[in-house]
Amino acid sequence: MSSLAVRKAAPAAGTTPGTAQGPPLRRRIAFVPTVTLLIGAIYCLLPVAWVVIAATKSGSELFSTFTFLPGTGFTENIRDLNAYRDGVYWKWMGNSALYAGLGALLSTVVSAFSGYALAIYRFRGRETVFNILLAGVLMPPVILAIPQYLLMAKADLTDSYASVLLPLVLSPYGVYLARIYSAAAVPADVVEAGRMDGASELRIFTRIALPMMVPGLVTVFLFQFVAVWNNFLLPYIMLSDDEKFPITLGLFTLLEQGSNTPALYTLVITGALLAVVPLVALFLVIQRFWSLDLLSGAVKS
Amino acid sequence: MTSARRRSYGVKGAPYAHPSPTTTLDRARSAPYFFLLPATILFALFFALPIGYAIWLSLHKVQVKGLGLGSGARKEVWAGLENYTDSLTDPELLAGALRVLGYGAIVVPVMLGLALLFALMLDADRVRLAPVTRLAIFLPYAIPGVVAAMLWGFLYLPDVSPFYFVLDRLGMPQPDLLDGGPLYIALSNIAVWGGTGFNMIVIYTALQAIPAEVYEAAKLDGATPLQTAIRIKIPMVAPSLVLTFFFSIIATLQVFSEPTTLKPLTNSVSTTWSPLMKVYQDAFRKGDIHSAAATAVIIALVTLVLSFGFLRAANSRTKQEAAR
Repeated sequence: MSSLAVRKAAPAAGTTPGTAQGPPLRRRIAFVPTVTLLIGAIYCLLPVAWVVIAATKSGSELFSTFTFLPGTGFTENIRDLNAYRDGVYWKWMGNSALYAGLGALLSTVVSAFSGYALAIYRFRGRETVFNILLAGVLMPPVILAIPQYLLMAKADLTDSYASVLLPLVLSPYGVYLARIYSAAAVPADVVEAGRMDGASELRIFTRIALPMMVPGLVTVFLFQFVAVWNNFLLPYIMLSDDEKFPITLGLFTLLEQGSNTPALYTLVITGALLAVVPLVALFLVIQRFWSLDLLSGAVKS
Repeated sequence: MTSARRRSYGVKGAPYAHPSPTTTLDRARSAPYFFLLPATILFALFFALPIGYAIWLSLHKVQVKGLGLGSGARKEVWAGLENYTDSLTDPELLAGALRVLGYGAIVVPVMLGLALLFALMLDADRVRLAPVTRLAIFLPYAIPGVVAAMLWGFLYLPDVSPFYFVLDRLGMPQPDLLDGGPLYIALSNIAVWGGTGFNMIVIYTALQAIPAEVYEAAKLDGATPLQTAIRIKIPMVAPSLVLTFFFSIIATLQVFSEPTTLKPLTNSVSTTWSPLMKVYQDAFRKGDIHSAAATAVIIALVTLVLSFGFLRAANSRTKQEAAR
């Protein structure tokens, strides 16, 4: 990122002295790009701004006052949400945190092991293994979800935390990213030097390679965290006990009931706002750690 | 840890049958299999087994004897391709496929067009507010599809929407966004809103990787920023456009949660609006898992054929360009 800033700044600075044919000062800001980006940003923030304001409205204000006029019912809405079915909402939030946190962690570990093996070792069947794993990306989730449900039912595991957690641990996309990242971050001669010193392969991986892979693994973790947090289909199919619902499914059932009783709209809206907050916060804090260069690196290979 | 590793070596090492201590080479030979073990087990349990089971189901049907009461009255018998022919001739599935095609024809070009446009603008010289706007446009990626559909769903409802308020004040007609043709736009908008930022970042990252010398040459030739964008930047980020296109198509074919979420808000989203919704409906509401499995397999095959076909075409295209 910073290298770009340098690259961009250099020619601009070079042109400054020769302003004879240069643009007048007013045109220093590139208007078209700036305005285009602003319009894009407004479009993307609009629903978020709406939900923030709508969550402050009481049930009657929601339908009677202008949309972007803040209401007076925010604390009341929160209280209602807390009271709804003995605070089941927070149970959903906790479940989502569990599914996404633990799921992403396990997924990152599995991806790290597999990606490292696929990047560092030359062995028979390497490309086959990799291609089979990649084909997993293309599988529409519902294709997997139906037989997964039926198989889970045979194992008596439906409607359990495991039924939502386990199928998402292997992420083909995570393996793919981890492979690319370890190929780029772990030099072969470092691994070879470790072997010369008599370290075991596992020790080389955990002590030498893993620390080098951390930035890439953070990306894998975040991708997977978002993927699990946003997942709807799998819990929708697997779970029936709403004590185990993640927030997406919980809000959906709330909306389904709310379609008949508009009084529940304020609950849905307040719930949607609070559901968005943790992920947005996570993003704002962590976005600097994302190495999305990984993706364009992936494209080139 | 170490003992666990040794044990697994014992198993893996058996074919080699070396009584002597394992050499570095041997260790390096069996290590990748050990590292891949968790992924392999998970793949077998949660990918291979379900896919195999889905295929098995798709080739069978339930035969009911008599009244279908008592054990053994219902048994699964070989159905051959019957479920497949039923699926393929089902007008509702075809209609759903056409709906998703129409939806995809809006989503993919608009989303990627916007993503490319925003990425180029971020990369432009002397642009202001780039970091803030970049973050704002990327933000929807953090919002679950279900929640995004809810937010927009409310914004489409005349009672609470600011758009209708404005239209009302201006005395303009107020279209029903959740019905007929506008429904496609309403649904597409949710996908475009959620996906543009991510694709923009992918393309933008590729733009940043273009070496500065390339621009120097363009500058010497007196190219305008627009010419630079069209002649240099877009061709150079073509591979990431291919990648984003590829993922967008797969995501579009699998659309499920957005229309499902809008369903409580309108009657015009049927329970079988998209093919995947029909699969869900058949399997879990009608309890006909066999025909649902056949439909699911068909969708998977179409996805695979489309994506590999596309990757192939993109690859040969890139090679041609490289050859020139």
